[in-house]
Amino acid sequence: MNKKKYVIVMVLALCILSFASFVSARERLKLSTTTSTENSGLLYELLPPFEKQFKVKVDVISVGTGKALKLGENGDADVVLVHARELEDKFVADGFGVNRRDVMHNDFVIIGPTTDPAGIGKTKTAAEALKRIAKQKSPFVSRGDKSGTHNKELSLWKEAQVTPLGSWYIESGRGMGEVLIMAHEKRAYTLTDRGTYLAFQKEGKITLPVLFEGDPTLFNPYGIIAVNPDRQPSVNYVMAMALIGWVTSPGGQKIIAEYGKGKYGAPLFYPDAIKSPK
Amino acid sequence: MEYLWGGIQGAAVLIIGLDSEVFRTVLLSLRISLTATLIASLVGIPLGFLISTHEFPLKRPTITFFNTLLSLPTVVVGLFLYSLLSRRGPLGPLSLLFTPTAMVIGQFILATPIIVALTIAAIQAMDPRAKITAMTLGAGPFRTALTVLSEARFALTAAVIAGFGRVIAEVGTAMMVGGNIRGYTRIMTTAIALETAKGEFAFALSLGFILLFVAFSINILFHYLQAKRG
Repeated sequence: MNKKKYVIVMVLALCILSFASFVSARERLKLSTTTSTENSGLLYELLPPFEKQFKVKVDVISVGTGKALKLGENGDADVVLVHARELEDKFVADGFGVNRRDVMHNDFVIIGPTTDPAGIGKTKTAAEALKRIAKQKSPFVSRGDKSGTHNKELSLWKEAQVTPLGSWYIESGRGMGEVLIMAHEKRAYTLTDRGTYLAFQKEGKITLPVLFEGDPTLFNPYGIIAVNPDRQPSVNYVMAMALIGWVTSPGGQKIIAEYGKGKYGAPLFYPDAIKSPK
Repeated sequence: MEYLWGGIQGAAVLIIGLDSEVFRTVLLSLRISLTATLIASLVGIPLGFLISTHEFPLKRPTITFFNTLLSLPTVVVGLFLYSLLSRRGPLGPLSLLFTPTAMVIGQFILATPIIVALTIAAIQAMDPRAKITAMTLGAGPFRTALTVLSEARFALTAAVIAGFGRVIAEVGTAMMVGGNIRGYTRIMTTAIALETAKGEFAFALSLGFILLFVAFSINILFHYLQAKRG
């Protein structure tokens, strides 16, 4: 009987210990961001110097832009880094976020099969390119997840005055990387940010070429916003502002400007807070 | 085919080389799933015992209820827990969303019905004379319960293993309430989902093989304990 009691006490102690070890004393900051920033690997370079300097652990939750903003709105994140300017402005206007800053940009491109069956390579605007894809009923993979990329795509369809519908229009509901792989497997067209595309293409994960680029509407700016402490008193506002300070500082902007140059031969993002950081 | 072979090779390299990030991910998976299974056992076995050895109104529906919970989708548990733990939810002030504790709670919800249902089945399948004998020999209710449970230990170990198997393999709840935060709430299954999303199939496969290997080792351990006590 004593032995059994001993075992029970040990088991309970173990249980409490393993719980206790989850509670870490270090300050934490929750950053909700898009799949494109995490999948590109940029954050692994950008965040560690900040964490070291401010003795804080940044918890990165990478979801689509829509959900990232929702996390901020609900107070489940302290700071958001996203790319959908209209939604960001609405987020700030509605009082959920404060102190939005431009961080960086890249651009969207349309990729597709080398043979380009819809002939979008010769078009002038992105909307026209999509119109051709719809007309030919060429397979097109959509993010379909309310992400920044999905929002851009929807606004382009609107501009093209086409309602994408039919078996050629594949609403995947997946992240950027998964959609690139899906487009590659299905030999389909898709809209992607250049950063994620370059990272996947240079590593040989996909072979689809860029078929359309350069339209000014395909500009893809990223913004960082602190969650409004007036709305959500529990957020770590001071640290959120420190992070905003870091990513828009010369040091942070330089990391952004350099990222990907060595590995992919071209930067994946261009800094916007400081144009030519030293 | 090359993916598969690359996956096996990669797994071997990661295990032998003790890749620190993979090692920590495995450790976190085990810590969360073992904690959840442990608490689920401490709740589930007594509960299953009480249900199967007592007569009360609605006994049948109660058993059916637990059997139904066996097919609880992990994402539904995740969603339910998420809405409770979000700042906007009733338990928001506890700051538990996107923490390992939230994942333990989710896995506890998943494992408990399995352990309850299998405990009920195990005790119902037993010779009822064990209980009667213990009682005629003068054992109190607690002593009787221990005797009965000890008689059913093989089936009960199987129940615990089944509970553990469910939670170590699940991804839906862990992803939703854990948030897949690197070095904090990233466990084997969510890491596999992420690596697949990034197109790192060989690495994802390696992690898959390691997960299988770990589950296999744990099961061997359970069986060893069972045999030793039996």
